[in-house]
Amino acid sequence: MPDSQSTDNHQKQRGSREPAALSNASGALSPVSSVAAFAAHAGLAGFLFLVALPLLALGWIALVSTSDVWLHLLNYVLPRSIGDTLVLLALVGLGTTVLGAGCAWITTMCAFPGRRIMAWALVLPLAVPTYIAAYSHVEFFDYSGPVQSTLRAVAGFENSRDYWFPDIRSLGGAAFIFSVVLYPYVYLTSRLLFSMQGASVLDASRSLGARPWEVFIRVALPMARPALAAGVALALMETLNDIGAVEILGVKTLTYAVFETWLNRNSLAGAVQLALVTLVLIAGLVWVERRGRQRRSYAASTRDRPPARMTLTKGRQTVCLLACCLPLLAGLGVPLWILGTYALRRVGQEIDPDMIAALGNSLQVALSSAALATAIAYAVLQYARAIGSSRIATVGRISTLGYAVPGTVLAVGLLVPLAGFDNWLDAILRVHFGVSTGLLFSGSVMIVIYACTLRFMAISYGTIETGFSRLSLNIDMAARALGRTKAQMAWQIHRPILTRALAAAYLLVFVDAMKELSATLLLRPFDFETLATFIYDRASQSALEEASIAALLIVLIGTIPVLFLSRLSYVKQG
Amino acid sequence: MNRLTNETGKVLVLCAAIVAATPISISAAETVNIYSYRQSGLLKPLLKDFTARTGIKTKVLFAKKGLDQRIAAEGRNSPADVLLTVDIGNLAAAAKLGITQPVSNSDIDTNIPPQFRDPAGHWFGLTSRARIVYASRDRVKQTQITYEELAQPKWRGRVCTRSGQHAYTIGLIASMIAHLGEEKAQAWLTGLKNNLARKPTGNDRAQVKAIFSGECDIALGNTYYMGLMQTNEKEPEQKQWASAVRLMFPNSQDRGTHVNLSGMVMAKHAPNPDAARKLMAYLSSDNAQQIYGKANFEYPLKPGVQADPLVASWGTLNPDTLPLATIAKLRKSASEMVDRIGFDDGPDA
Repeated sequence: MPDSQSTDNHQKQRGSREPAALSNASGALSPVSSVAAFAAHAGLAGFLFLVALPLLALGWIALVSTSDVWLHLLNYVLPRSIGDTLVLLALVGLGTTVLGAGCAWITTMCAFPGRRIMAWALVLPLAVPTYIAAYSHVEFFDYSGPVQSTLRAVAGFENSRDYWFPDIRSLGGAAFIFSVVLYPYVYLTSRLLFSMQGASVLDASRSLGARPWEVFIRVALPMARPALAAGVALALMETLNDIGAVEILGVKTLTYAVFETWLNRNSLAGAVQLALVTLVLIAGLVWVERRGRQRRSYAASTRDRPPARMTLTKGRQTVCLLACCLPLLAGLGVPLWILGTYALRRVGQEIDPDMIAALGNSLQVALSSAALATAIAYAVLQYARAIGSSRIATVGRISTLGYAVPGTVLAVGLLVPLAGFDNWLDAILRVHFGVSTGLLFSGSVMIVIYACTLRFMAISYGTIETGFSRLSLNIDMAARALGRTKAQMAWQIHRPILTRALAAAYLLVFVDAMKELSATLLLRPFDFETLATFIYDRASQSALEEASIAALLIVLIGTIPVLFLSRLSYVKQG
Repeated sequence: MNRLTNETGKVLVLCAAIVAATPISISAAETVNIYSYRQSGLLKPLLKDFTARTGIKTKVLFAKKGLDQRIAAEGRNSPADVLLTVDIGNLAAAAKLGITQPVSNSDIDTNIPPQFRDPAGHWFGLTSRARIVYASRDRVKQTQITYEELAQPKWRGRVCTRSGQHAYTIGLIASMIAHLGEEKAQAWLTGLKNNLARKPTGNDRAQVKAIFSGECDIALGNTYYMGLMQTNEKEPEQKQWASAVRLMFPNSQDRGTHVNLSGMVMAKHAPNPDAARKLMAYLSSDNAQQIYGKANFEYPLKPGVQADPLVASWGTLNPDTLPLATIAKLRKSASEMVDRIGFDDGPDA
């Protein structure tokens, strides 16, 4: 790391006299700027309050209600579900790192036929919702699915008593499925970083005798740690908040226990308490990871030339190609196969007009919440950077933890305060003005957009934060030395460099909001279906087969922004 | 890259415009607003008939979880008139949450037998489904069975079921607690667990498939899944699975087969209570009972209304007369029992 030494020193300085380091250029604060600073602080506090609102509401539910379920949970439920959850998270963390970082490294550093196609195609599984992936894999590997049918035909088995076949409905199966659809989070972030890691570091490690894979394991991977952590954190939070896939796969995670407690033990308070405990678990993981790299800087030198790609033997080229094909086939190929087969049998069916309306609604929600989530995360992080406060960035990070809460629970946390506010406003207006506003916010599509924005704020926040982490503080010092105000620095210098991260954040949230099901399902107003809720309605009536066309549509529409995304992580070389 | 920023900017403006232009839903006068745990497609034929008869329009909002909490949060401004649910657990939970109001209607009282109604009038059933035994046509010879028998050693390694924490299983276990007492019910559930061929997994359809594939010989399931599979023209494969099994109605010779409900409640702050009452009375009528039963192969609750011919072909249902309100009370004990004996871990190795 060429510039790590200087940045390290700088960071230590900053820790000791934080405000002075960057603000002395503007001299004493004028009244105007102090009003502006107050407004900025108030605005920031407002944003953070709105972001944390459902968590605060859940905390309130958990505190004021008594629940008698804890003794039972501690005795019979938690040991098992905490264990299973931790094993699942560990496996998914490992799986997404191996697949994501591995494929990113191969497609960045190795020359092999099909590399360019693989480089963008590897992002595509992100378009597949986890519940659709789980459903498809169960169908694919089940007794009557193509794999076992072929096996029986080839080996001449009669029925399942004649042979052993691993059950996809298991902890291992779940880890596999989550890994093959969530690895793109890690792939995207680490690919961008690998292609920006300068050649000189890698050349230096080669000249010191490191083999290519050693360069990867011992130099490139550790240097990519912030990017890896951001990607893996997103994958893990999505694993943790999932209920659709774990229900299909029969894996009893903490989220599963949350729903059991709510619906079977009739204790919403107990369920919320459990959800918050889960949140503490995730917050702990995030904290441990951050602490581990607190004193290091990972900013890349921008002057270095990009690394040259390695030329490989034919055999190794084939291995590279296969290694990239496998996650792609599992993450995208299997769902497309299963959904495609069902959809083909329904081709003659007329297109349901409700589906077109649902498509429009999905786009409305996804476009709006992506814009909001990106704008808010950017505003908070830019502000934190401008005043040089890592504390604000941390507070912002904590307020985005809503992502780790299951969507339905988050939805309840949002309904209670919003509907409460609506009713309060309605009551006042009725008494004083004789007008009724009814459920102003909680009765409209606004609450759905609010929920999706919140739910995916962790994604936009993480992506943009990674973008900032690559911006050396030296740049800021240079800009300030050359007489730029903080606002000018933000607009003229940070923003252009961050465009890529901002666009990536926007697209990622868009894709996820298109897939969002559980919060939307509970919060949407009458006559407002998104593609995901439309599918869910049909699928839960009989089976997903009936909704295969719509499910295919979600995946295909999801691939459009994903393709843009993969272009963003592609840095032109040479 | 600047081009992208501009695009993003344009999209942002566009989004703001879309959000601003979204109208706030206002409920019309003669409408019933239905929050429903049942899928809108299933209700369509019923509601169409209702509107044709009364001129009252309907709106449906479907979700699988949390609608009761939504009504509670929405409070006095909630648009919901009624909540349509499956499973006694949901009916009882709604009443307990205080989001319902009692309905006394002579039509409902005559049409729906008392064991399928809340004594206080907060909820009532509309259709029932029986938790029965699917048995392999090839590998199971007997034609009669009891739930108690499922725990006997002769079924070791031969039984399949979905998760013990699923509402349908909870309902059955609660009925066993009511009939046998807590202690014997637990011994029974442990015996059943030890007879399992595999870890409880999948839905009821998956259990039929498991009999077809040879993984198990008998399985617990709800009646209507059989109808859905037997009539599945789109996926003829499922007809093949269904043809591998036949149905046995447990305990039909003694106390009767365990049944669960689909039912409804009226919301406490229903904005259109009169229209809602009309819908309730309609849904308990001969005509609606027949349509509802047919739509999902369930049993009409109104005495004298014939079940769908396919449903009738499975045999005669002699439903357990245990009040569903009792089952609702014992659900929590049942759920805890499932955890206590580790039912979902499957048979001990």
